[in-house]
Amino acid sequence: MNPLSIAQTIQDKFPKEVKEIVEFRKQVSVIIQRDRAKEILAFLYFNKDFNFDYLVDLCGVDYMGQKKPRFEVVYNLFSMKHRHFFRVRVEVDEDTQDAPDNLSVDTVTDIWRGADWHERECFDLFGIRFKGHPDLRRILMPEDWEGYPLRKDYPLKSDLGDMEWQEYKDLIEFSEKAKQYEVR
Amino acid sequence: MSNIHSAIETETQELQLTEIEQGIKIIPGVNALIAAFDKIVNWSRYSSLWPMTFGLACCGIEMMTTGSSHYDLDRFGIIFRGSPRQADCLIIAGTVTKKMAPIVRRVYDQMPEPRYVIAMGSCACTGNIYDTYSTVLGVDKFLPVDVFIPGCPPRPEAFMHGLIKLQEKIASENFKWSKWR
Repeated sequence: MNPLSIAQTIQDKFPKEVKEIVEFRKQVSVIIQRDRAKEILAFLYFNKDFNFDYLVDLCGVDYMGQKKPRFEVVYNLFSMKHRHFFRVRVEVDEDTQDAPDNLSVDTVTDIWRGADWHERECFDLFGIRFKGHPDLRRILMPEDWEGYPLRKDYPLKSDLGDMEWQEYKDLIEFSEKAKQYEVR
Repeated sequence: MSNIHSAIETETQELQLTEIEQGIKIIPGVNALIAAFDKIVNWSRYSSLWPMTFGLACCGIEMMTTGSSHYDLDRFGIIFRGSPRQADCLIIAGTVTKKMAPIVRRVYDQMPEPRYVIAMGSCACTGNIYDTYSTVLGVDKFLPVDVFIPGCPPRPEAFMHGLIKLQEKIASENFKWSKWR
């Protein structure tokens, strides 16, 4: 199915939620609002004409200083049956005082089971929470790591200063102490 | 015994010691060598350097290649061991992440002395291009490194050169074998 017509169908069905249809080099994606994102994704999965049965990738994007809302969760979909790709971008904003639950999306693990680790990675590196996820822990970074490294306001260099991981600081301290016992 | 007696007798008369290598002399007539203890200990150490099987990234692949029959590390007496308890050389082959660093240190701590560390590849030496939140910039931040081998990854020749450098270093050690050092 032509991706533009898929986008059009989604817009017709969810006119309020679809914010924009973006086409770039024949790749079409829709930017949608967060609240009914899961409903739209489920529609893409269950609709016979679309049948997006394969979640190719799920990732996060940080658009700090470029646009508002700041974050996006990107769903890359593929249909094994119809062999078409589609991309859904869900906008997520930062947590604020009045809206402490802003930075969260509904999980899609009950639609595509493979989203489990992708969502964990997204949570690990961007801090985006996935509501209803069965096991939302860090997947790449150590469990007691502080901060979300792929955010644009995270330090770029290896020297993290005060934000340094505690166990690594302990290791440096330990190896300084162990130096006196080395046979050199 | 009679041999030794005769050797002592010859010594009292005139003992001809032949120097077979610098600092190593052979007593003729008996199967005996005279050398500094350092020499013997160092010789046994550098000719049976047993590294730990421990590859972290792409340098680990290069290390395996060097160990294979084409380049053949066995001819230097270098045999990879599966346990840190049996190893006396730790080759840090690859990028060390901060998450991995405590584990690398633990492997090192488990090794019995004498133990040596080779930082193989640019990542283990300096962190290479990975000056990022997750990477340790040089394994010498938490380990005493003996030999640094640059390269990304180093060629097997370069790696072997590093190993030979380490052997030379071991050969030049003094008194690294007693409690009273």
